Amino acid sequence: MRSYLALFQMRFIRGLQYRTAALAGIFTQFFWGFMHIMIFEAFYTSSSATQPINFHQLVNMLWLQQAFLAFIMLWFRDNEIINQIIKGDIAIELLRPIKLYEFWYSRLLAQRSSSAMLRFLPILIVAFLLPYPYNFVLPQDIISFLLFIVTLCLGVLIVVALSMLIYISMFYTLSGTGSILIFGVIGEFLAGLIIPIPLMPEALQRIVYLLPFRYTTDLPFRIYVGSIPRREALISICIQVIWLIILYIIGKLWMSKALKRLVIQGG
Amino acid sequence: MLYWKYVKILFKSQLEYRTSFILLSIGQIFVPFSVFLGMYFLFQRFNEIKGFTLWEVALCYGIIHIAFSLSECFARGFDNFSRLVVTGDFDRILVRPRSTIVQVLGSQFEFTRIGRLFQAVVIFIIALTKVQIDWNIIKILTFILMIISGIFIFAGIYMIGATLCFFTIEGLEVINILTDGGREISQYPINIYKDWVKKLFTFVIPYGVVNYLPLLYVLGKNNQVIYAFTPLLGILFIIPCILIWNYGVKHYLSTGS
Repeated sequence: MRSYLALFQMRFIRGLQYRTAALAGIFTQFFWGFMHIMIFEAFYTSSSATQPINFHQLVNMLWLQQAFLAFIMLWFRDNEIINQIIKGDIAIELLRPIKLYEFWYSRLLAQRSSSAMLRFLPILIVAFLLPYPYNFVLPQDIISFLLFIVTLCLGVLIVVALSMLIYISMFYTLSGTGSILIFGVIGEFLAGLIIPIPLMPEALQRIVYLLPFRYTTDLPFRIYVGSIPRREALISICIQVIWLIILYIIGKLWMSKALKRLVIQGG
Repeated sequence: MLYWKYVKILFKSQLEYRTSFILLSIGQIFVPFSVFLGMYFLFQRFNEIKGFTLWEVALCYGIIHIAFSLSECFARGFDNFSRLVVTGDFDRILVRPRSTIVQVLGSQFEFTRIGRLFQAVVIFIIALTKVQIDWNIIKILTFILMIISGIFIFAGIYMIGATLCFFTIEGLEVINILTDGGREISQYPINIYKDWVKKLFTFVIPYGVVNYLPLLYVLGKNNQVIYAFTPLLGILFIIPCILIWNYGVKHYLSTGS
């Protein structure tokens, strides 16, 4: 465990070096955030019917999405891992006295965390200073804030476990850019990143609630804006833990199977 | 012509990796389609957006995505230009007795964008059958102009982004706001946005003339024929871009090999 923590720490510190990239990223994310807010505003003003979540709640969800993009994007590409698989450097990794799954896991987690650390505060602070109804607000009470933190952290653990499955699949496909693209897009749609889940048609919502994807982003953000009652939030945390264990077991089993029949590429 | 020779050679070379080509093309269908699906679901809930119905917006969407995928396919050389500067390959282009623009255009094509193009065309055709249009010859011409105009604007912005590479060496992410962002913005009629966005994307980077303004005429929301020909302004957008490019080429300093 200690060695994985050390790995996490090293990667995390390394990720913090990319400050200019983060600044450019923040700028782009503001643009996207504003664009989505304007589109939804136009929709909301075009219809007088009451919606499952109100406009101001939606705005807050959109800002959280932009702020924690690194936490919630299903596909956060790590070229080094991909190259290890494609070029055969994986052979060296396998000689190390650590488990490959945990090694990659801590590495991917560190990348996401450092990227999010650099971005989320500036985005949220500026969004906080905007005029109503575009502003970001604090949660209703301290308990929903704590629930938000817990579900967000469990959420990123689920995201990394899901993305691990993509990397493991590359042992079989070797490049598979196409299949990764499809998996990523479908996963992000089902996580409510394209349109928020409360605004989806009922039938689709029923499917979405059965899958793990919404537990990564939809759940913590909706707890933050107060669109999920406290009791349901507590149950959802249990479901998050269950999904995490399931995904971890699938990943571990699949990886050991893949490594057994592994052909080292290149020489 | 030299350009078509480039196209042919690169097409053949990309087809060498057939499975990867097909998979990537199919993958390319899904990315924009998920956005359209989101749009479709939103209309089920809200019915309309500032007086536009789903299929009217789908026309906007279809046109901008057709133009975007064609421009990404044919002007990819400019979109991915930093590669040429970083490796110093641009020096080679400079010593050849042909226009730099043709050569950079010919340096790369992204034929997998055919997936993106395919989904845009399908949505565009479905949208055409769902909206009421009193057809006449001008309207057919307008549609063709809209797509050409869109290609020119995207290509122009790629050129500006490429020119910046002369000074920054590395490609700038921020320019994506103008291409990807412009595409996302103009897949809805531009009048749904705040005033400053509308002005920015009509007068500075004229995405508005690609779909919104001419569609007003085509859909009979505005009967002034002049609107049918606004896409021509988008084509003119390429002129300042070429001038900026030429300025950049003059100030190019090689990075060496």
